[in-house]
Amino acid sequence: MAAAGGRTLGRSSFSRATSNPVASSSGASGVKIGPNGAAFVSSGIPDLDRILGGGFLLGSVVMIMEDADVPHHLLLLRCFMSQGVVHKQPLLFSGAMKEPRLFLGTLPAPVSSSKEDGRYRAMGAAASSDGQANDEGLRIAWQYKKYFGDDSRAEHKDNKQEFSNDFDLRKPLERHLLNGQNIECVSIQDADTLSGLQDCCTSFLSKLPRKDGGSLTAGRIAIQSLCAPQCRYFEKDWDMVSFIRSLKAMVRSSNSVAVITFPSTVLSNSFCKRWQHLADTLLSIKAIPDEDKDLAKLLTGYQDMVGFLRVHKVAQTNSQVPVILEASTLSLKLRKRRSLVLERLNQAPVDGSSGPSSAASSSCSSQGSQLDF
Amino acid sequence: MEEYGGGDLLSEAMGSAARVVVVEDCVEAPGAFVLHLLLKRALASCGAAAFLALAQPFSHYDRVLRKMGCNLSLHRRNERLHFFELLGFRGGAREGTIADSFVRLYNEIQRLVEANRAGENASQFTVVIDDASLLEVVALGSVNDVLNFLHYCFALTSEMNCTLVVLIHEDIYADEEKMGLLLHLRYIADLVIKAAPLSTGLAADVHGQLSVVNKGTFREQKAKAQKVWNFHFKVKENGTDFFYPGTRH
Repeated sequence: MAAAGGRTLGRSSFSRATSNPVASSSGASGVKIGPNGAAFVSSGIPDLDRILGGGFLLGSVVMIMEDADVPHHLLLLRCFMSQGVVHKQPLLFSGAMKEPRLFLGTLPAPVSSSKEDGRYRAMGAAASSDGQANDEGLRIAWQYKKYFGDDSRAEHKDNKQEFSNDFDLRKPLERHLLNGQNIECVSIQDADTLSGLQDCCTSFLSKLPRKDGGSLTAGRIAIQSLCAPQCRYFEKDWDMVSFIRSLKAMVRSSNSVAVITFPSTVLSNSFCKRWQHLADTLLSIKAIPDEDKDLAKLLTGYQDMVGFLRVHKVAQTNSQVPVILEASTLSLKLRKRRSLVLERLNQAPVDGSSGPSSAASSSCSSQGSQLDF
Repeated sequence: MEEYGGGDLLSEAMGSAARVVVVEDCVEAPGAFVLHLLLKRALASCGAAAFLALAQPFSHYDRVLRKMGCNLSLHRRNERLHFFELLGFRGGAREGTIADSFVRLYNEIQRLVEANRAGENASQFTVVIDDASLLEVVALGSVNDVLNFLHYCFALTSEMNCTLVVLIHEDIYADEEKMGLLLHLRYIADLVIKAAPLSTGLAADVHGQLSVVNKGTFREQKAKAQKVWNFHFKVKENGTDFFYPGTRH
């Protein structure tokens, strides 16, 4: 039975019973081992994991530049934190708010894996424009879902289902998952200095040492709006950048990843650049103007977009070669108004006769909708 | 700088006998690969080096240079390479003032340079700093302390047959009134190597452009020697390719 690489739609319902690469190569749940000694945890957004080449690298610092007009960085942060909770990974959350604990109530629940979703995902992987028609009538029983798709990419996606979840942003995470979980919350709003947060991070990370083999628990640090103007330490530019530098050094030698969002516009250009240089992975959010007729004409699917995500830097282990992505600007969309997807920008046809757009095949979620022309 | 292992555009541009090399880069075009190359060349010609690493731990440089054919662990064991792991280097607070920590660091470097010079196999010594912008963070913004430290290191180059290579992020100082550190480094440099992105954006085959300004040519009697070089580069795991624009297929 030819399982590997087959992209045909006539899938057999059996696939080679090769060991599930994710589960076997990671001793801890939610950690994926990559080449070159790299270990990844999921960002909580499967598309982002794929774009970044596996996920967030353990031992790296991810920085997200916020857009002052839209709170989409919170979507990314929530998915990141929820993923950690789902995988029972220790979490340290710090935010420029009075009661960070309350933020936990906004964490999304994983999309309940229904037959429909499993099929939808596998069909998306098959990625041919007529893929949607053939298998719609086929109802696959749940226990055979794992044999889905002899397409290696579909299989990979299936495995990734354990590594990363789709989150339903409309449904809050169940309370019982949060209770009894190793979640620490620190408020930085009323702090005069960042030394309190630094001490919390030090003690948090000391329990997560890094060892080759990657079979230890991975931890997550999420810091929201680090240089928010309402924080009392806001004026202390050098203290802030010094904190990031120390955090980076600590994270580097630990089995964790830190995600820091910050409103880049409130920093001076010089310090903003310093922060950017310190990031291992650098992302930025850009708002999308509502009802922009020019953009609507230029891009397909403009109405569904909630913003842009730009990838400036991607973390690498032990390599001097920069990661050049095929597309560094992606659109943020809410699929079915609940889960976050990232798609490459596709230019709409200038006039109706210039042929089909590449939207369906190059976007990472099966878009389904065809342009009529 | 020796031309050993050269034969590429960068060695040609750098010439020889540069005492102070300043490497500038920005977020879009990181210049660490130049440091890796210069470190490899410094160690290859039986030289010795002191590497001040503020940006990455030793394991990172070890793996990167290993892929380039240079075994840092071996050189460290043979005391050809003196590696200062300064990831957690604290400027002040506990061990005294910022100036004190810098003085201690400088003293160690000076000791190494003198020991190298006095030894039987006196060889070219290179001090590499990755990077100067982080030195400022360590000093919590006290540019004077950083300048003092760098000036002492600079003095070593003229007195003790030593070369200084410093990486600095020029985009941090782009529109600042206090461009102090960058201007100062540019002034004392014999060679300024600047990595910048292509104006046309990202490309898989060309990672950026390198401009090399060789001020040291004034010392040599080669009046017609080229002083400014511009070419493209592509960073690979085992080294970097340098080529003139349009000469890659």
